[in-house]
Amino acid sequence: MGIHLAGLIVKELLALLKDKKSRVVLIAPPLIQLIVFGYAASFDLNRIPYAVLNEDTGAASRELLSRFEQNNTFECVEHLESDGQIKPVVDNKEALLVLRIPSDFSRRLLSKQTGPVQANVDGRNSNSAMAALNYVQVILSEFNADWIEAHGGRLPSKLVVRAWYNPNLVSRWFIVPGIVGILTLLVTLLITALSVAREREAGTFDQLLVTPLQPVEILLGKAIPAVLLGLLEAGVIVVVGLFWFEVPLTGSLAALYLGLLLFLLSCIGIGLMISSMAATQQQGLLGAFLFMVPAITLSGFATPIENMPEPIQWFTCLIPLRYFLIISRRVFLEGATAELLIPQYWPMALIGIVCLFAAAFLFRRRLS
Amino acid sequence: MNERQAARMRMRGMLRKEFLQILRDPSSIAIAFVMPLFLLFLFGYGISLDAKHVPLGIVIEGSSPEAASFAASFEHSDYFIPHTYRTVQEAEAAVVRQEIKGLVWLRSDFEENLLSQNVAPIGVMLNGVDANTARIVQGYVQSVWNTWNQQRSEWDGSEFSMPVGLEQRVWYNPEMRSRNYLIPGLIAVIMTLIGALLTALVVAREWERGTMEALMVTPVTAKEILLGKLLPYFALGMGGLVLSVMMAVFLFGVPLRGSLLPLFLCSALFLVAALGMGLSISSTVRNQFVAGQIAIVATFLPAFMLSGFIFDINSMPGPIRLLTHLIAARYYVAILQTLFLAGDVWRVVLANSLALLVFCAFFLIIARRRTVKRLE
Repeated sequence: MGIHLAGLIVKELLALLKDKKSRVVLIAPPLIQLIVFGYAASFDLNRIPYAVLNEDTGAASRELLSRFEQNNTFECVEHLESDGQIKPVVDNKEALLVLRIPSDFSRRLLSKQTGPVQANVDGRNSNSAMAALNYVQVILSEFNADWIEAHGGRLPSKLVVRAWYNPNLVSRWFIVPGIVGILTLLVTLLITALSVAREREAGTFDQLLVTPLQPVEILLGKAIPAVLLGLLEAGVIVVVGLFWFEVPLTGSLAALYLGLLLFLLSCIGIGLMISSMAATQQQGLLGAFLFMVPAITLSGFATPIENMPEPIQWFTCLIPLRYFLIISRRVFLEGATAELLIPQYWPMALIGIVCLFAAAFLFRRRLS
Repeated sequence: MNERQAARMRMRGMLRKEFLQILRDPSSIAIAFVMPLFLLFLFGYGISLDAKHVPLGIVIEGSSPEAASFAASFEHSDYFIPHTYRTVQEAEAAVVRQEIKGLVWLRSDFEENLLSQNVAPIGVMLNGVDANTARIVQGYVQSVWNTWNQQRSEWDGSEFSMPVGLEQRVWYNPEMRSRNYLIPGLIAVIMTLIGALLTALVVAREWERGTMEALMVTPVTAKEILLGKLLPYFALGMGGLVLSVMMAVFLFGVPLRGSLLPLFLCSALFLVAALGMGLSISSTVRNQFVAGQIAIVATFLPAFMLSGFIFDINSMPGPIRLLTHLIAARYYVAILQTLFLAGDVWRVVLANSLALLVFCAFFLIIARRRTVKRLE
């Protein structure tokens, strides 16, 4: 049995890697996507284009505005003259933020009253709007503290904020360990989901059936090459994440790889299940899509699972990527050990085993 | 029978053939109607960036009226579910166990400092792994603190007031519901998927099965073959779009402030571009396996990550920002977010439509070039 299986594995690997087109499709896109998405996928605002309408002539407003000018994140695009100019600037997306300082601003500040600064933000992307307002708030807080000190006052209390695991709140550190999971999922699904359907359409599947191989062996022959390729690609992606994007790896590689192996097992199980259900490649592709799109969107990759309504949170328990994302992020950033991650390991193993059995069952039924 | 009548007859024949093929294999109809329904339903409920009811630890080392009043202001906030701890060690352990997202630490000398001439530090520690959520939580804590400061000075009649106060006005989406901008973006992502999936395999399938060669011996021209593939799927795709827009407005309550005509015209443009891309892939590689893989790789993830649907394009590094100009969904997302939330802002709509027009032309020309009535 061993020799047959080994022969089949070699054949599958050759089938995947021999054709130049399919080799390129398997290897180049994941790496390119890792680099592009690693840079693109971030919730941090590095450039906030803003416009200013300053009706005040005093020194206080000038001092406040100079703080925005010196800040690298804020980029002044326009100085406005009148209220009426605010709307077109926001409407046409020339500025994300328009700061309006009323004419009595400096006078109020000097007489120990609160001087309001109006921040108009474009809410078409409300997450960016909220982030921009937070950045404004940080600048205003610093200004307030300095102003009070310079004018002989006292702030009763102050917030001292510190973030664990990710002190500068770089969202790339959150996203890149996630991309490891997404690209691994993508590659293994591409390999497995269409594999049986393709052989069925080409007629080579019938040839496989007349060989002395057992259906289980055929299934293993499809699964093992996918595991090998998946481990290899994921390894490359992890290395790029570590050295190119400089995401710190504080936990143990062993804990990460154990997670990766179980994750691959579950993805391949799902891929082969789709594949053995599909009669044509088009159905296989459709199945892969129907699984992958929700699996990525609801995995917690970009939007937290805690924000979802309860029934959808239950639904996410069926998504292997959900568990792997937690493992990847906790190993990379929190230095989690394998013990802490057991609640993530076993569901993936379970999903993998159930799907592989289902695939074998569907496989056998299709044969008869 | 003159030439024009013959052309019309051939066209009608092609369309009839494609429609029959769609009806025979219902998977296309499923892609056009069931998929948007299913995906929009799932994502509309599932995708949200609004952190609410965040579990937050409040450490009160020595109970005092001031500390209690500060802790109480977290109870009243909709954003937090406060958990109280006696020591900071207990709370830190809870952060490691992922029970709370962060903690607010009031030391035993909090009240003493507050009432004397010193500044009372309030420690805020957040789990920074999810940096975006951490930043949102930080903003919430800051606003709870601001409100508390203000109330305090009103109660004890002290003269203290913050020098600068922030008056925020969020345009188009005052409650900052993330769903309002994510759902129009999702429509763009879903239409990208539908467009490419519907057509990515159809031409490749004809080449693989050899039926393309059968078409070649008929007097049908290459242009007619292409139109015959495009029109039926266009009709299906527009049906899916109408369904999506209706769900966005009636099920998810996203305001539609612009008018319908520009919405449908721009969507038609985008759909032609997406279908054109599928046809170009399909007629270039002529192999269902590779066409399917390219369609997966080239559509969903780029539309998800690079279109501005969820990640801000302005903040991407320069070269990546340039790259986003090659993603048709980017323009469509801008149009949809504007038409839904801001209204008919013609400058945004027209500039982006122009870009979509370029995409349509580009992909149709590629598809036309690749569909040659010749065997190699």
